[in-house]
Amino acid sequence: MGIKVLKGGLLSTIQDLGRFGYQKDGIVVSGAMDLLALRIGNLLVGNAESEAGLEITLLGPSLFFEADQRIAITGADLSPAIDGMPVGMWRPLRIAKGSTLSFGKPIDGCRSYLAVSGGFDIPLVLNSYATYLNGKFGGHEGRALKTGDTLSFKRNNQPSSGKINWKADLKLYPDLKTRAIRVIEGPEINLFSEESIAAFFTSEFRISTAADRMGYRLEGQQLKWTASQDLLSSAVTFGTIQVPAQGDPIILMADHQTTGGYPRIAQVISCDLTLLAQMRPGDVFKFELITLARAHELLILREQQLKQLKQTIAFKYE
Amino acid sequence: MIPKINSADYQCFPLGDSAIVLEFGREISVSINTRIRLICEWLDEYTFEGFVDYVPAFTTITVYYEPWVINYDKLEEMLDEMISGIGEEDEITARSPIEIPVLYGGHYGPDLDVVARQCQLTTAEVIRIHHAAEYLVYMIGFAPGFPYLGGMDERIATPRKETPRALIPAGSVGIAGKQTGIYPIETPGGWQIIGQTPLQLFNIDREVPALLKAGDRIRFISVTEQEFIQIKKENGH
Repeated sequence: MGIKVLKGGLLSTIQDLGRFGYQKDGIVVSGAMDLLALRIGNLLVGNAESEAGLEITLLGPSLFFEADQRIAITGADLSPAIDGMPVGMWRPLRIAKGSTLSFGKPIDGCRSYLAVSGGFDIPLVLNSYATYLNGKFGGHEGRALKTGDTLSFKRNNQPSSGKINWKADLKLYPDLKTRAIRVIEGPEINLFSEESIAAFFTSEFRISTAADRMGYRLEGQQLKWTASQDLLSSAVTFGTIQVPAQGDPIILMADHQTTGGYPRIAQVISCDLTLLAQMRPGDVFKFELITLARAHELLILREQQLKQLKQTIAFKYE
Repeated sequence: MIPKINSADYQCFPLGDSAIVLEFGREISVSINTRIRLICEWLDEYTFEGFVDYVPAFTTITVYYEPWVINYDKLEEMLDEMISGIGEEDEITARSPIEIPVLYGGHYGPDLDVVARQCQLTTAEVIRIHHAAEYLVYMIGFAPGFPYLGGMDERIATPRKETPRALIPAGSVGIAGKQTGIYPIETPGGWQIIGQTPLQLFNIDREVPALLKAGDRIRFISVTEQEFIQIKKENGH
């Protein structure tokens, strides 16, 4: 028993926290773009944070439920509705057998996450459920959902157990209207001209239409290196901002290659990857430089808050 | 014998808030590659709390960690302690060279003539030079299973194509500048394609999907079209 896909939506893929341990073989990590939203979604339905969920992009799918389930929708507000009735986000919801979950107008953000209690029954590929679209593996047949697909649940939920008239305390999820992305310096920042470094931290950048799960190409001030240096390829990661010769910075996202050879001017802090994952082409923002120590403080605080949320929820499901 | 690694041999710097880079200079060398491989082997055996993953490259190894489990300074200190001392009696695990059969030229290597013309050699000479050498896999990156190879004879160095091809078949063997490489999956690319291997460099359904790993040595062996087809069949694709 599971979900029948009536309509796949713009880009709906199964994701988890990523495929680690194989980057040395050139295998891309993938996983949710907004890891925080997926983690909270899983916690809300009583799952481990690492369970597979559905990443839904801007125009959501229509999903017919063949069995009663407990679900949660987190991340972007894409107007979720059950049988046409708007439903709340960031809380567990009961959906009855025979109902359809659909999405409407994108209100806020770009990517919504659907978690189901117990998780989806998806084969593990190299220890992960994540879909890697370019490699055509992982998730549901290595691709986005389309009409006619079925997704099975790992187990059928006991629909009537536990009170679920509660909502996650959301102080740990950022305000998606924030238009400042915090970064720390990248390893090659000194290869850039002073004007370029100044421009990077003071001017606005726009996310171009060349923006997908691999990376976002930005538009704005073009950045120049002081010396054309032949860099040896080295590791890059989620949030690395690299600058090719042409001058438009690229922020690497969840499906980034494991290594790259362009100068890395800066690196988005882990906490702000959520904000980036929820931006759309056309959105304008600025970069703000912080120290590594500050980035660590913020990340440690967030992990503490998540842990608290986890304990609170565990108590509710006892 | 490998000289013992000490902390003066490398620099540490952060790559964001969840990775640390150890950089052993900026020149490609076999000895640096060997050191990086020793560290990889060490990390394969002894992980630590907060360890996530590592990525070896030409002169760097990047270690991913969870900063809420282990802090940066402590991690740097711990890596320093563990790494200095690697070497001397540590033998690198010996691996015999892997033979990569290649069908050179024609439909499978449409740029063989370009390389020959550019280097003022005959196509037979290009092939002979290409498969006479032993190559070292310095790192895997760019695409799943894509090997960055060192050791190509500079007599066959050829610049990339001005306009990249929209689609290069998996297994294509190419030259770009002083490098040679093999495309593991079908992808666009600008390398001069001189041949194709019937082996699958990457297959997600295999227990070990990537055929090659950093530190492997390889040799190219010239095969006929008949042999090429036969090997392809034996490999079930």
